[in-house]
Amino acid sequence: MKKALALLLSLMLLMIALPVALAEEVVNVYNWEDYISEEALEMFSEETGIAVNYMRFTTNEDMLVQLRTSTGAFDVVFPSDYVIERLIAEDLLAPINFDNVPNSVNTVDWLSNPAYDPDSLYSVPYMWGTVGILYDTTRVNSPIDSWGALFSGEYKGEVFMLDSIRDTMGLALKYLGYSMNTRDPAALREATDLLIKQKQDGVVKAYQVDETKDKMVASEAILAVAWSGDAQYAINLNENLSYVVPKEGSNVWVDAMVIPVTAKNKENAEKFINFMSRPDIAQLNCEYIEYSSPNQAAIELMGEEYQTNPNLNPPQEIIDNCEFFNDINDFLTIYNTLWAQVKNAK
Amino acid sequence: MIKFLKRFYLVIVLLFLYLPIAVLIIQSFNAGVSRAKWEGFSLKWYQELLQSPTIMEALYVTFTIAIIASIASTILGTLAAIGIHAMSRRPQAAMMTMTNIPMTMPDIVTGISLMLLFIFTRVERGYFTMLLAHITFDTPYVILSVLPKLREMNRHSYEAALDLGATPGYALRRVILPSVRPGIITGALLAFTLSLDDFTISYFTTSPLVQNLSTLIYSETRKGVKPTMNALSALMFVALLILLLAVNYRSTKTSEAK
Amino acid sequence: MSSLNMPQWGVWLFALGLGGAIIFLGMSIRRHHGVHRSLFSWPYSLWIAVFTVVPLFLVAFYAFTDKAGQLTLENFANFWDSNREMKQQLIAMGYDPIVMGMGERGTVNVDTLVYSLWMALMCTGICFVIGYPAALFISEREFKLGPTLIVLFIIPMWMNFLLRTVAWMTLLEDNGLINTLLQRMGLGRVRLMYNSQAVLLGMVYNYLPFMVFPVYNALSRQDYKLSEAAMDLGADKWRTFSRVTFPLSLPGIVSGITMVFMPSVTTFFIPRALGGGNTEMFGDLIERTFLTADNWNVGSALSLIMMLLILLSMGLLRKVDPEGEGGSLL
Repeated sequence: MKKALALLLSLMLLMIALPVALAEEVVNVYNWEDYISEEALEMFSEETGIAVNYMRFTTNEDMLVQLRTSTGAFDVVFPSDYVIERLIAEDLLAPINFDNVPNSVNTVDWLSNPAYDPDSLYSVPYMWGTVGILYDTTRVNSPIDSWGALFSGEYKGEVFMLDSIRDTMGLALKYLGYSMNTRDPAALREATDLLIKQKQDGVVKAYQVDETKDKMVASEAILAVAWSGDAQYAINLNENLSYVVPKEGSNVWVDAMVIPVTAKNKENAEKFINFMSRPDIAQLNCEYIEYSSPNQAAIELMGEEYQTNPNLNPPQEIIDNCEFFNDINDFLTIYNTLWAQVKNAK
Repeated sequence: MIKFLKRFYLVIVLLFLYLPIAVLIIQSFNAGVSRAKWEGFSLKWYQELLQSPTIMEALYVTFTIAIIASIASTILGTLAAIGIHAMSRRPQAAMMTMTNIPMTMPDIVTGISLMLLFIFTRVERGYFTMLLAHITFDTPYVILSVLPKLREMNRHSYEAALDLGATPGYALRRVILPSVRPGIITGALLAFTLSLDDFTISYFTTSPLVQNLSTLIYSETRKGVKPTMNALSALMFVALLILLLAVNYRSTKTSEAK
Repeated sequence: MSSLNMPQWGVWLFALGLGGAIIFLGMSIRRHHGVHRSLFSWPYSLWIAVFTVVPLFLVAFYAFTDKAGQLTLENFANFWDSNREMKQQLIAMGYDPIVMGMGERGTVNVDTLVYSLWMALMCTGICFVIGYPAALFISEREFKLGPTLIVLFIIPMWMNFLLRTVAWMTLLEDNGLINTLLQRMGLGRVRLMYNSQAVLLGMVYNYLPFMVFPVYNALSRQDYKLSEAAMDLGADKWRTFSRVTFPLSLPGIVSGITMVFMPSVTTFFIPRALGGGNTEMFGDLIERTFLTADNWNVGSALSLIMMLLILLSMGLLRKVDPEGEGGSLL
């Protein structure tokens, strides 16, 4: 009995100790769900001997809460542009030592000094893309080119919306002719009413985020608001699908790699960022997740098929018609409240 | 006729309960990724399962936590039950209320309150905090399984043992524990299954780094659950079924022996 | 995060809770002059103090303070009027919410609560209607398979709850198994998912065993001689059931209702998975308030309201079932 107990106890201790014993050189990476090639992670560990603790989030908002409550848990994070702007304003990011990130020179020109990080001190772009409508060409009555298709009632009960505050409010604002970064509460009210009416009319089938792409592949709806890369993924699996950035304009976004001030392994984080910016690795990731790469050298490596894909490399006039999100921290309460009204409209 | 209708009703209800599970298990053998289309029989998801470090790690976390938490809560809970049983009326009522609170509290409130505790005390959330949380919600169930057995026990046998010269420890080991053993075993098993299946409380008390199966599945549900998860749950389901049958077999055997 | 900085007096209260538990222990040691068996429970008391009492105190603390840690009832006002914070923000920015047509009371939180209670009631009712006959049939004495069957009712709970819900998605989707089957039979497609009926189905599916089990326990523990005696005295089957069997199973029903109703009020995930995120239940609301809106004070107020509601209904049920049959699962 005593022996068995002793054995059990030592087993227990071993179990607790094991994860600790395994600890070596690590980097704690916090990235979007399904947003990196596993192979790239393995290659990184192999080449540098640094183990990657890979963690995932679904929306910028969820990630922010984790970043603030689990201090020190993350070394590299992949927030979007407007979130980086806020993190910089709140002094939550550590300046990157670019001597350790020589591959950052590969960044395309138009993103080398982006508005959210004007002096490029804190971030290295990872992927970029647009927001648009993914639709089933066999089931639409006419070609889709406007956000209006989401609101007209023509596709009642066949529309997937994004369960993401900024994106959904933003497209409603755009449709109404406002800026996505408007600071006019009346415009926000109008956009909210539009979304509430859309829901009450029974147009919306579901509000979701990452589920959309697989459901669109399975033809679960006719229209879906989607990010360009998810759209490309779905189109590759279902040739009936097509993607469009509506003529009213849309959101163009960048997800970039940053290092929180609380990071415990800053040098490893820089090695990681440098590795992910290496042309062949950027290519690997880009081809795996199918978003647009901000890495000039990788773009050149990927060849013509990628370069001429209009979903991933839209013509300049489409990009010019799109806006980046700005941080609107002081409007957060208003956004959250209005969004709750949309989600609970019956 | 009535008898047939009754049986028929039970079959229908059971069908309702097992339909999704059957779907899950069948899907785990589907060669394709799609949830609704059958693309031929294949074991590839089972193979992939064994090669996925993420799933293996989550499996490790889930099982070690379930084992450690059920052992710890069984010890804690059994001692507590013995103590509560020996208490006078009023403290006993107070302790029972305290025990009932975590059981009736919605999981989400338990999870959030523990999250607040860990954040407030600046304890980094992760494996250890999840373990503490599991012990916390397991223990009341152990107490409630052990207490009835204590009530069934002869009140005076413990005192008699002491009068006959046994030390309290000896009396505990030789008198109390054997007679409440079935309760302890039930409690331990209950604690084990509860912590194996818990999602809500784990979700709030861990960091994104330490995932158990539930939290891993939760993050996968956002982008479509991969069939590897179905394969895993099919395996676990069968394993638990065998465990249950073994326990049942043993208990029928021992009751026959008596 | 500003809400992390608890003021000094908060820390003192925290210490007080811990200290109280230790003093309580010390007193009970003195009362019993040495090692009494009741002392076996002290590790557990300490555990409960740290991991149940203190956390609950923290929830209460956040619920009654604002972001700066000042004592306030504002969070409950924000619960009542979900637009309140927005209106204050607008006024602070120099707008007049009333002129803008944004002056009305926001009913999101209250509506969600009412909706959740309604869904939970429906779920409990359906579970009872389906579960009671099932438990009754299984518990019948001449039904030899009974004890085996009841195990069959518990086994599904071993499958991860999230996966079981996802499996329902596979069945209910527009191109899911049921619809594919219907189409093959030439019946056309039916919208089975993305509505509250689907959410209800998911809830009933998940909580049905919690109803069947305690009712079965109560029924199978009954002395069958009682109903036989009633029959011998000339009562017909229905009378025997309504006058003897059913009243004797009441404690089981009460614990069944408790075990279904309590968790179903705070259901989360199911509305998103099966309801397409079109409706929110209170659990989702609490989660979103904490983890997306990052509003811990209002989130805590919501949790506290939830808890009070549950304790209240527990108290009501206790009156019906003073023995507390509940929790006798397995």
